[in-house]
Amino acid sequence: MGERGDGRAPIELRHIHKSFGGVRVLEDVSLRLSSGEVLGLLGDNGAGKSTLIKIITGVHRPDGGTILFDGKEVRGLNVDKARALGVEAVYQERALAEQLSLWRNIFMGRPITRPLGFLDVREMRRITSELMGESMGFTSAALTPETRVTGLSGGERQGLAIVRALHFEADIIILDEPTMGLSLKETDKLVHFVKGIRTAGKSSIFIDHNIFHVYSVADRIVVLDRGRIAGDFPTTRYSLEELTEIMREVAATGSFKPERHRATEAASEADGAEGAS
Amino acid sequence: MSSTMEDVEPAVAPRRRRTLRSFGTTWASQIGITVAFVLLWLVFIVKAPNTFLDTRIYVSFAQTTPYFALIALTLTMVIVSGDIDLSFPSIMALGMVGFIAVERTTGNVELAVLAAIGVGALAGLLNGFFVTVMGIPALVVTIGTQFLFHGLTLVLVNGRSFALVEARDSTAYGLLVGRFVGIPMQFVWLVLAAIGTWLLLYRHRVGLNAHVIGDNPQAAQLMGIPIRRTRTLLFVLTGMAAAFAGVMNSLQVSNFYPAVGSGYLLPALASVFVGGTSVFGGRGTVWGTFIGAFMIGAIRAGIVAMRIADFYVDLIYGAIVLIAISIHAVLQRRFER
Ligand SMILES: Nc1ncnc2c1ncn2[C@@H]1O[C@H](COP(=O)(O)OP(=O)(O)O)[C@@H](O)[C@H]1O
Ligand SMILES: [Mg+2]
Repeated sequence: MGERGDGRAPIELRHIHKSFGGVRVLEDVSLRLSSGEVLGLLGDNGAGKSTLIKIITGVHRPDGGTILFDGKEVRGLNVDKARALGVEAVYQERALAEQLSLWRNIFMGRPITRPLGFLDVREMRRITSELMGESMGFTSAALTPETRVTGLSGGERQGLAIVRALHFEADIIILDEPTMGLSLKETDKLVHFVKGIRTAGKSSIFIDHNIFHVYSVADRIVVLDRGRIAGDFPTTRYSLEELTEIMREVAATGSFKPERHRATEAASEADGAEGAS
Repeated sequence: MSSTMEDVEPAVAPRRRRTLRSFGTTWASQIGITVAFVLLWLVFIVKAPNTFLDTRIYVSFAQTTPYFALIALTLTMVIVSGDIDLSFPSIMALGMVGFIAVERTTGNVELAVLAAIGVGALAGLLNGFFVTVMGIPALVVTIGTQFLFHGLTLVLVNGRSFALVEARDSTAYGLLVGRFVGIPMQFVWLVLAAIGTWLLLYRHRVGLNAHVIGDNPQAAQLMGIPIRRTRTLLFVLTGMAAAFAGVMNSLQVSNFYPAVGSGYLLPALASVFVGGTSVFGGRGTVWGTFIGAFMIGAIRAGIVAMRIADFYVDLIYGAIVLIAISIHAVLQRRFER
């Protein structure tokens, strides 16, 4: 199989820097997502994973560096632009409004409107109802598009957040710790689902701090440590055991010394150019 | 794309309970407050039939309640979005400064009304600026601007009041405080404003955005909702409503005095919360505010008409407000998980 993709890079980050109130959160981060690829982003809590993807989705502006979509630099990226460029995200925070109905949650930020900004409520309810049946698997007749999020279980909420991201037909789907708070069974299904994203020919960034979740779905794993890229590992060349060992070393030393891992050394030569550019 | 999530089984609660709950969360507390309102009215009718079976008191309510009820409507939207506005009593007067300025120079009352509303909009814009651009909490900002607007009014009119007798012959007078098939125009405007507020809050993207911002500001940010623009717009609308109410009030009494808005702060706020709008944002009810305003507007008159001694009035008033708020607390908690 080797690396997937057709050589195009739907998203490329170059030398991204980001600080919050003087605290460096991302330092010189460069990253390339190939078309049709599932990229696993791994790192400890606080490594900067969520911040990185919020830069891609236009929520945060980087302090320095460039963002390219399909090889073209995009300036002044914001949430609307990122959406127009085909990026959708399921955020770690879920980004749901508890007291609001399901349909208002699905369409928040981009409602279907009639002239003058009035909502096409009937259409949004209809679509929500459809999505609930087909995609979310909300088969309970008691759940309607008018149900508030307050009454949903953790799995149902996650399902809602994912379906919302999918409904808008994105080419790039970002999932930030989607397994958090899910049962084992729900996690299995989610992993199965991410594999489906790849089958559909879309690209994805899958974030988790658990290597076991990432390894089984990702084509490539990028390790972020304290705001820096600590390594870039195609899952075809590294076993789960090797990666686990590498992760342990990164966590302990903040970096990863290739000379201790022969297999890794060869790989990092081959990947060096790609990872750095 | 939809193929896989369908396996994620929802944890299904028993169907009946859930239907009831979802019905309950939507309607229980609004039905509750409506029932309380009807009961209160029945008490007034039984205890003070001479007053409460006479149309005159209804005409009076229809004239005086809209002054604060109008503002309570826009205030409902402000509170839904997680903000608050305490400056509107001062805007009622400040808008009238614009009215006087234009009316005295052009003699055109209609233009003067528009000027007042414009001044109200500017005042709201200033509130919005401090809240969204400077990032200062609305409570703090509007305590400050309440004094600022009041002080500005006093300085601009030298603390004087103005007679508005000549405005009685204008079209604006008839439109704002005249009668329409016997109904005071203040009430007609209130009903129109209530319909408009309902449409904006529940059937317009502004209302959807306001709900999300008030419920979960972080989600609003992540979903690309125009947070500053929406919050500012709601302050502007409140400023406009306040100025409009100030004009109606002044025209009704044919006099402008700088303290025109004093005494309306608490009734307007109480209307919103008695109606069942959440102080924490994310949830509000236009119907509740409407009902709440007439409860607040009628309590004092009702107690007086029942010939209860004066010094009981505040005690009973406070008790009714607390009972109404408790109805919401109990009903909303019961129907939420
Ligand atoms: N909006 C923000 N303001 C200030 N600090 C932030 C903000 N978002 C994240 N941080 C900080 O940036 C660091 C990285 O956070 P995050 O990107 O969420 O890490 P991860 O997702 O890898 O756990 C943390 O120290 C966090 O406290
Ligand atoms: Mg995170």
